[in-house]
Amino acid sequence: MQSLIKRAKPSKSIKPDPAPSRWAWRMQRLMLTPTFLFGLRIGVPFCLAMIAGTVYLADEARRNQITQTYEDLRASIEQRPEFMVKLMAIDGVQDALAADVRAAVPIDFPISSFDLDLPAMRSAILELPGIKQASLRVKPGGLLHVDVQPRIPVAVWRTEDGLALIDLEGSYIGSVDHRTDRSDLPLIVGDAANLSVAEALDLLRVSAPLGDRLRGFARMGARRWDVVLDREQRILLPETGGIQALERVIALEGAQEVLTRDVARVDMRLAQRPTVQMNKEANQEWWRIRQLSGQ
Amino acid sequence: MDLYDSQRSMRHMRKLAMQRGVVAILDVGTSKIACLVLRFDGSGRIFDEGEIGSLAGQSGFRVIGAATTRSRGVRFGEICAMQETERAVRTALQAAQKMANIRVDHVIACFSGAEPRSYGLDAEIDLEGQVVSEQDVAQVLASCDVPEYGEDREVLHAQPVNFAIDNRSGLSDPRGQLGNSLSVDMHMLTVDAAAVQHLAHCIKRCDLELAGIASSAYVSGISSLVEDEQELGAACIDLGGGSTSVSIFIRKHMIYADSVRMGGDHITSDISMGLQVPTANAERIKTFYGGVQATGMDDREMIDIGGDTGDYEHDRRTVSRAELIGIMRPRVEEILEEVRARLDAAGFDHLPSQQIVLTGGGSQIPGLDGLASKILGQQVRLGRPLRVHGLPQAATGPSFASAVGLALFAAHPQDEWWDFDIPADRYPARSLKRAVKWFRDNW
Repeated sequence: MQSLIKRAKPSKSIKPDPAPSRWAWRMQRLMLTPTFLFGLRIGVPFCLAMIAGTVYLADEARRNQITQTYEDLRASIEQRPEFMVKLMAIDGVQDALAADVRAAVPIDFPISSFDLDLPAMRSAILELPGIKQASLRVKPGGLLHVDVQPRIPVAVWRTEDGLALIDLEGSYIGSVDHRTDRSDLPLIVGDAANLSVAEALDLLRVSAPLGDRLRGFARMGARRWDVVLDREQRILLPETGGIQALERVIALEGAQEVLTRDVARVDMRLAQRPTVQMNKEANQEWWRIRQLSGQ
Repeated sequence: MDLYDSQRSMRHMRKLAMQRGVVAILDVGTSKIACLVLRFDGSGRIFDEGEIGSLAGQSGFRVIGAATTRSRGVRFGEICAMQETERAVRTALQAAQKMANIRVDHVIACFSGAEPRSYGLDAEIDLEGQVVSEQDVAQVLASCDVPEYGEDREVLHAQPVNFAIDNRSGLSDPRGQLGNSLSVDMHMLTVDAAAVQHLAHCIKRCDLELAGIASSAYVSGISSLVEDEQELGAACIDLGGGSTSVSIFIRKHMIYADSVRMGGDHITSDISMGLQVPTANAERIKTFYGGVQATGMDDREMIDIGGDTGDYEHDRRTVSRAELIGIMRPRVEEILEEVRARLDAAGFDHLPSQQIVLTGGGSQIPGLDGLASKILGQQVRLGRPLRVHGLPQAATGPSFASAVGLALFAAHPQDEWWDFDIPADRYPARSLKRAVKWFRDNW
């Protein structure tokens, strides 16, 4: 028989007490383990991504496709007209040297500026003999601007191999066939004469009063200069203070016309004792005059 | 040696737990299982700072998780249905872990039953050197006569409570002092080995490591007796669900512990039998209307005792509160009489101060302090556990005295027998350890 009264709900305590099962308990503890959590949060996504990537890239065709796409993309950007270089302009040198520069960096225009190796081109240009400085840059408008500073020849150096043009630092610039081709430049000879070109130029400046009697400068023993004049006259200068010595000689020339006389060489190597060597005929003439005058 | 080994391994485990900084406190009671998760931050040690902080040196740890669950399978404070208890332990620990949001691997547990028995041990040695060294302390502890406490029992606590050198007694640390003979008094507490093993097994089945076991009587004394009571002499009576534990403290050491195998559950079952109501109803009636001191007002206060039999007359019964008190009071009296007997047996009336502190869930019965002072003596008060950092408000009541005390015990463990070095002559001859120790001492 069913009771008329609705029964009270069975109270809570009659129900079995809730308790986590052994596995639920272990799971909860596992989820509270820091290393496990780290693995779950970082390791699992990482491994999944790794596996997916590996599977995808395992196919050769896919790899090639990716590389190809990349290359195409890169090329399409590089070949844009904004990046194309159409012209090379060379500043600072003319004609033959400019042609040398062009030959040193052979480029087929138009070319993308990404393909230009400017440092390598610069070093190639600097290897040319007549070039002192070079700077390259790609200017807007597709212009490769090469700014070149040429070496300026200041002297002609005669060696056993021939005549060479050298600049102030003594670097070789080019060769000349005849002295008369560059008669505007002083001539220097001797071993290592190219290493003291500046000194030679100073001497040249000082020796202006000598006019066209000057033939050139000879470096003796790679340490001092001789000034060579016509009639095979020589002025021997000391290692140091050569310019002052030459000035003294020129002063002597002005006062006593030393060089105009029949003198073979003026030796200024010892500043205290300038020495003059006369020619043989002049010597004998001098002796004859002394006999005649009875001295 | 056996004793040293198991307790030492537990102590080692506790050190590991301290290093990890997290340990769970588990109070396996008859009516509830309480679990606290403690985090040690390593600060606030008394001996490090040299002074006691605002929280009486308890700031070294913080409660970060707390949970209680109804206990299952525990009777008289002993585990009798292991599967059930294991599930209850798991429930409590899971909730506490969830609250703390941290994984706990080490558990310190306490239980109240298993018939604790106290033994007083003493020993005396002649001091070989003049100055007492640690080795001498170990020697005197080792030379204590251990009584025959039975095959199936195990030592739970063995604490040196007093050292004496010659005629000077009451030393807490004799090291470095001079004298001719050193004697020690030790308090040893043994319990049923089976109960300890059951508890250990339960905790092991939950994939946890047992990092220490304490007697509930001891730890509730730690938490509910204030410092001067511990110093001058006091008894802590923890009225639990299935058993009432008694511990006596003097000079900050426990000198006696015992338990009465009666508690709040017996009161509930008395009500259940007396009023013919289900246990759950009886428990509710006890907690809402219970008392031990009847007044005239109580005759007029009628209580619906309910029932769900479907019989209207049966389900609408009422009793007066006086009747309820009439059922409860004899049982409470019986428990307190039994406690009185235990205290008398321990010689509590010889102590200088005879303060009695009632704690545990049963101490919340209204009027209990009045009844207790009639039976136990004048100096009775109701005790609540010490406040500790982070303890939820719900867990500050007297029923959490042993859980809180266990937390304090975990933070500041008392030196026990096995914490001292094994005396050198106990080592096996030519032991490698001994050689290493010699090297360490001499180089």
